[in-house]
Amino acid sequence: MNQYLSIFLKSMLVDNVVLIQYLAICPFIGMTSDTGKATGMGIATTFVIILATAVTYPIYYGIMVPLKLEFLETLIFILVIAALVQLVEFYLKKSIPSLYSAMGVYLALITTNCAVLGTTLNCISKNYNYVQSLVYAAGTACGFLLALVIMSGVRERMKSSTPPKFLQGKPILFVTAGLLSLSFLGFSGLIK
Amino acid sequence: MVKNNKLAVFLNGLVKENPLLVLSIGLCSSLAVTTSVFNGIGMGLGMTFVLIMSELIISLFRKQIPEDIRLPIFIIIIAAFTTIVQLLLNAYMPALSEALGVFLPLIVVNCIIMGRVESYASKNTVLDSTLDAIGMGLGYTWVLFIISLVRELLGSGTFFGIRVLPEAYTIGFFSRAPGGFFVFGLLTALTVGISKKAAGKKGDAK
Repeated sequence: MNQYLSIFLKSMLVDNVVLIQYLAICPFIGMTSDTGKATGMGIATTFVIILATAVTYPIYYGIMVPLKLEFLETLIFILVIAALVQLVEFYLKKSIPSLYSAMGVYLALITTNCAVLGTTLNCISKNYNYVQSLVYAAGTACGFLLALVIMSGVRERMKSSTPPKFLQGKPILFVTAGLLSLSFLGFSGLIK
Repeated sequence: MVKNNKLAVFLNGLVKENPLLVLSIGLCSSLAVTTSVFNGIGMGLGMTFVLIMSELIISLFRKQIPEDIRLPIFIIIIAAFTTIVQLLLNAYMPALSEALGVFLPLIVVNCIIMGRVESYASKNTVLDSTLDAIGMGLGYTWVLFIISLVRELLGSGTFFGIRVLPEAYTIGFFSRAPGGFFVFGLLTALTVGISKKAAGKKGDAK
C-alpha cells in the first residue's frame, strides 16, 4: 500500500507532469484562461490518461512482446489512443449527451496531448506492473489537473494586474509557469 | 518573382511564423531537452527530419488520401518516421537517445508536425511543402539552440560539454525545470518586443 501511495505522490507532486516534466504544455498555456475550462479539460484528460494506460499496458505485454513488436510501440500506442478517444466520444454522444456537450470539445484535442502518450510510454520504460502503472497514471493525471487549476486561478488574478509592458501576453505566462515550477521543485526530496 | 516566392515559403518558418516563438506550438519538447546544446540540436534535427519526410510524403499523396480519414493516415505516417528516427538514434547515437528519453517518441504528438501537415502539406505542391518543412524545422532548431545555449552556459557553465565558466559561478536553477520556463518566457518577450518595434517603424514610414 505504502509503495502505491509513494508512486502516486511522486507522479503527482515531485515529478509533476506539466511543471517538472514539461509534458502537455500546450493545453497548460492554451486552456487555462478561466477555471471552468481548465477543470473541464483537466478532468477529461485525467479520464483518458487512466483509460489509455489501462488499455495499452495489456496490449504491450500481451500482444507486442510475444510477437517481438516492441519497436513499434510509438506507432501502436498513438493509434490505440486515437481510437480510444474516438470510442469514448461516440459513447458519450449516444449515452450521456450532457457530459458530451461539457467534455466533447476537449476530447478531440486530447489525442495530441503529449501527457497521454508520455504516460503510457513511461509506464513501460519504468517496468511497472499493472497496478503500479494504473496508480502512476492516476497520479500523473491528478498532477495535470492540479497544475491546470492552479494556473487558471493565477491567471484570473492576473487579469486585474498590469505586468511590465514587455512581458504582456504570452511571456508573463511562462514566467508564472516558471515560478509555479520553482515551488513544485520544493517537493523534491519528499519521497526517496 | 517565382524564386522569391519559394524563398518566402522557406523563410516563413524561420522568422515570421516561427512555430515556437510566434505560434507557440510544440513547446513541450523544446523546454524539456534544452539543458544542453547537444541535446537541443539533436532534438531539433530529429524533429526536422520527421517534419520534412512527413510533409513530403503527404503532399505527394495529397490527392489520393480520402478527406474523411486523413487524420489517422497523417498520424500513421508521422509515427512511422518517428519510429525510424528513434531506431536510428538508438543504433548510432545511444547517448543522445538516452538523454532525449520519452521526448523522442513524443515527436509524433508534436503539434508543429500535425499543424503543418494539416494546414500546409495537404494543400500544396511537393516542392513548396518540402521548403516549408525545412523552414519550420530549422526555425524550431535555432530557437532550441538559443534556449539550450543560455541554459547550458548559465546552468552548468559549459558549451557543447566544454567548460567555459568555472563551476563556482554556475546557476543550477537554469538547468532545472523552472529555468526553461523563464528563458523561454524572456525569449518570447524579446521577440514580441522586436516585432512590435519593427511594425512600429513600418507604420512610421507610411
